Amino acid sequence: MLFLNDARFRAAFYQFVAISAVLLAGWAMYSTASANLAKQDIATGFGFLSRQAGFEISETAIAFQSTDSVGRAILVGIANTVKVSFLAVLFGTVIGLFVGIGRLSTNPLLSRLMLAYVEVLRNVPLLLYLLLWYSLIILVFPPVKQAIQFLPGFFLSNSGLAVPAMQWQSGFYALLGAVAVGVAAAFIAHAISRRRRIASGRGGSGWAMAATLFLLPIVAVWASGQVAVTWEAPELGRFRLTGGLHIRPEFVALLFGLALNLSASVAEIVRGGIQAVNRGQWEAAMALGLSRSLALRLVVLPQALRVIVPPLTNNYLSVFKNSSLAIAIGYPDLVMVSNTVMNQTGQAIETIAIFMGVYLGLSVLISVFMNWYNARVALKER
Amino acid sequence: MSDAQALPAAAEKVARPPRRSRWREAYFGTPGNAVVTLISGAVILLLAKLAIGWLFVDAVFDGSSEDCKQSSGACWPFLAGKLRYMLFGFYPFEEQWRPLTALILFIGSCALSMVPRLWGRGLLLAWALVILPLLYVLMAGGVFGLTAVPTSKWGGLPLSFTLSFVGLAFALPLGIGLALARASELPVIRVLGTGFIEIVRGVPLISILFMAAVMLPLFMPDGVTIDKLLRAQVAIILFAAAYIAEVVRGGLQDVPKGQFEAGRSLGLHYWLVMFKIVLPQALKKVIPALVGLFIAFFQDTTLVTIIGLLDFLDTVRTALRDPEWQGIAVLEGYAFAAAVYFLFSAVMGAYSRFLERHFNTSYR
Repeated sequence: MLFLNDARFRAAFYQFVAISAVLLAGWAMYSTASANLAKQDIATGFGFLSRQAGFEISETAIAFQSTDSVGRAILVGIANTVKVSFLAVLFGTVIGLFVGIGRLSTNPLLSRLMLAYVEVLRNVPLLLYLLLWYSLIILVFPPVKQAIQFLPGFFLSNSGLAVPAMQWQSGFYALLGAVAVGVAAAFIAHAISRRRRIASGRGGSGWAMAATLFLLPIVAVWASGQVAVTWEAPELGRFRLTGGLHIRPEFVALLFGLALNLSASVAEIVRGGIQAVNRGQWEAAMALGLSRSLALRLVVLPQALRVIVPPLTNNYLSVFKNSSLAIAIGYPDLVMVSNTVMNQTGQAIETIAIFMGVYLGLSVLISVFMNWYNARVALKER
Repeated sequence: MSDAQALPAAAEKVARPPRRSRWREAYFGTPGNAVVTLISGAVILLLAKLAIGWLFVDAVFDGSSEDCKQSSGACWPFLAGKLRYMLFGFYPFEEQWRPLTALILFIGSCALSMVPRLWGRGLLLAWALVILPLLYVLMAGGVFGLTAVPTSKWGGLPLSFTLSFVGLAFALPLGIGLALARASELPVIRVLGTGFIEIVRGVPLISILFMAAVMLPLFMPDGVTIDKLLRAQVAIILFAAAYIAEVVRGGLQDVPKGQFEAGRSLGLHYWLVMFKIVLPQALKKVIPALVGLFIAFFQDTTLVTIIGLLDFLDTVRTALRDPEWQGIAVLEGYAFAAAVYFLFSAVMGAYSRFLERHFNTSYR
């Protein structure tokens, strides 16, 4: 029994047992699943992706028709998920920043009001809010037949807001190129003036120069008359609005719910981050003659970001994952499109594998980006 | 000597302005602050006016759905008429005293268990041997002359509590195990633990629920069917365990390595070191964070309505869809549900802050 007391042997043995248990469970699941699938006459494999979808998607971030492939339908779902998460992160962060700073206000009324805002949002499930916003939109606004036209071409009804759509006749790519050139030029100009200022201590921040360089190519392209835009106004039909740009209630409710939910968490994180910065840092910055806003921007915020960024990453990831609640109110995100595909083809395993894979992949992508940003703001120890 | 003691007190007196001027300073110290006060005050008054107007002034207290349709205020008859359905779902009507008793028993036991002085082996045994069996017998019946009620008839608040509480009770040991696996020195165990945690945390809960609802039956051998509630419960346990594992890992990292090494050098076995030395220190640090997680899981159980379980949110939604009340009591129903969730979450949140002060530990 000597070898049983050998730590190395036992380590190898435990690991062997663990790995065989996992493999055995996997094999058992695989064999029962394939037997069950064969019995129910369900096909396996990813061949269904290239088949014709045959269903419509109410909201498409990229062009889609029911004659397109199932794979493209799933791609539309991914694009919709990314669209709503991105906008929710944007709005939620901005609102949360203000609420978080309001929480730290010396004015008791304001700080309590902001506290109530945070508590009301954090203590009620997100799904309940989504359902509430959605049903309120449906209830409050009139049906399409009696859509309110508050501006020519702008219709408000319980199927959403329809506005004239911008259509590029020509010059879209020229303008895009001009924006890219402008951004690059402004960036370089800012970097040069910054380096000069650090080296010599003279000169301003170069903001005016950068702004001019940014606007110049855009104005030039526009003035050259290359750009032509037409507006397509929505038309009120008997039952529905056709044409134009349609912002649907599902999208608005989801965006609203996600953004508000995120803003409450961001507010708490920002508050914690700013409070974590030592008071002495403020006082030292003031003693050096920095103004309050400069002290916040140059001294306090960079240190607060160190505390803020890691939990912020988790919250952005959870917005992305929470956007899957879209299925409860009918916004065609990745999960909802996958669910339709699943019901049509019966290939649950493959479909769920696809959307789990997409979520995992995008989660990893977001974490990698946020880790890179975190490394940038992290304490540089020498 | 008396001078030396009097001095700081006197200094404090000088530094502290009288109450009235402090009040003025806080609300109207600078012109900007005065504007903030006025705007915030106006917002608060407006919200209060709206809430009181809706809840009481314009509300219908007595009447039919027709009366509610005419009125712009809250519709109390809806809540009164649908309360039992919203709380207990399709649980047999004349048996509903059972879930009510169970609910009261559960909440009472939870309230008692929140007192740190009562914590210990005795409490754990009381839960495992008395409270939980009693709750189960009350809900499921089948013995002592109680009619049997299948889980498919369970609904409303008891179901939400079952999902979150049983979820936590099983997820906690599993999560601790996963955290230990992730911190293990054996590479295979570590990779398996890390892989499980990261995969579960990388996907939304709804996808795991879908897996349990749609995919799991495919993996079962012929003739074996698992109750729908149980499947959702397993999904919630697995999901919660991964998050608990991450919180516990934070606690484990906070325990100095010397504690582990000292234990091993005393000749204690790995498990003894973990259970007697490392985990007690680690868990104490993360208890407030775990309570915070529990609030999140309690709210996350609402997602089971998407796979068709009748949790509290779902019974409220179904009540709203009743033809008699359709489109009339939307705000009332959701406000009621929100108030219930708010009450429990806020109490747990306050408890988490209390524990934090109690242990005097800061958590990340």
